Amino acid sequence: MSETSTTSTSASRISEILRQQEQAILSEWTKHQLSGSALRPGLIKESELREECGQFLHALAGATRKDTEVNLDSSTWSPVRDLLANLSRSRARQGFTPGETATFVFSLKRPLFSVLRRELGNETGALAEEMWTVATVLDKLGLYTFEIFQKTREEVISRQQQELLELSTPVVKLWEGVLALPLIGTLDSSRTQVVMENLLEQIVNTGASFAIIDITGVPTVDTLVAQHLLKTVAAARLMGADCIISGIRPQIAQTIVHLGVEFGNVITKASLADAFAVALERSGMQIVQSQRHA
Amino acid sequence: MERIPILKMGGYLLVTIQVDMHDRLALTLQDDLTDRIVKTHAKGVLIDISSLEVVDSFIGRMLCNIAAMSKVLDAETVVVGMRPAVAITLVELGLSLKGVRTALNVEKGMIALEQSIKRRMPGNGRLGS
Repeated sequence: MSETSTTSTSASRISEILRQQEQAILSEWTKHQLSGSALRPGLIKESELREECGQFLHALAGATRKDTEVNLDSSTWSPVRDLLANLSRSRARQGFTPGETATFVFSLKRPLFSVLRRELGNETGALAEEMWTVATVLDKLGLYTFEIFQKTREEVISRQQQELLELSTPVVKLWEGVLALPLIGTLDSSRTQVVMENLLEQIVNTGASFAIIDITGVPTVDTLVAQHLLKTVAAARLMGADCIISGIRPQIAQTIVHLGVEFGNVITKASLADAFAVALERSGMQIVQSQRHA
Repeated sequence: MERIPILKMGGYLLVTIQVDMHDRLALTLQDDLTDRIVKTHAKGVLIDISSLEVVDSFIGRMLCNIAAMSKVLDAETVVVGMRPAVAITLVELGLSLKGVRTALNVEKGMIALEQSIKRRMPGNGRLGS
């Protein structure tokens, strides 16, 4: 019973102090953030930071007037939550570190505490109570900022992964009946699946009878990568297309032999040009120099 | 009883599998096909599986067996029209149908057959004429 009464009185008090001392807190807070080593210079403009801080203080005052118990799902706290979420997201994209982003909220403690001490200096009990409330609120908000920051970064990473997967597996037509598959990056099982599907789809679409898999852009070829390559070759063969593996760098040739990887009767060539020549020859084409340039 | 039709085209036999293969049907096909190869002196067998959406390990093995049997009877086998999904499944199962020739469609399969027979019997070119 007494618990609720203290909460309600302290609620009005913090909110009141926040509103009365808004300008003082704001200037001290911005100064503190800009002077501290937590923020690299040039990352954000002072006016911009000041505006963000002002909006946050305003929202915080509004929320604490109704309820000091932080409940981010409630409608009371939703303005604060949205503000922090936006701030955190934009900072994650602008390249702030997690520490710099969380400092935004945590650095408010110092100016708030000093204002509280000024206002309630002689009421020790109330001061301790208020400090505890403020600390709890700011900690929760800080953690929320952190979570959103993390989530935004993860979204960026997963989007990039998806883009990379789509970008890095093109199937290009070199000639009537000859496809090329330049592989870039490491081949893991999920990528092999995408590569295989793309290749087989294109074999059906173009009616190709030769596919050149170029591994110039594959950094390392271990037994697993070789196995994935052979799987792709086997699948293409089942569709009636012959595969040629090209772009084998000297070090990779050495690694393959040291590991004891067998490419069986798959044709391997050092360069894409050689592989292309073989494919043309096997499909009955001939390259001749034109008379004019002879 | 349900049977898979075997069509004779010149010196070749054409088998189009259009129903879901179950195990007994596959065994019947083996019997019928070997019979027909002997009777017609066929030099090549074309198996079209473009309508098959599911190929399990048994069917995969059966295709290998048919190819091997035809080989013994001096006929070349080409499996044509495998779907991408089926090809991926077979590879994942570890079945790469070694010893079976493949082609994208019937037309290409026919060309492949003719080429390999020409290679085997130079001078004697096309069959049946």
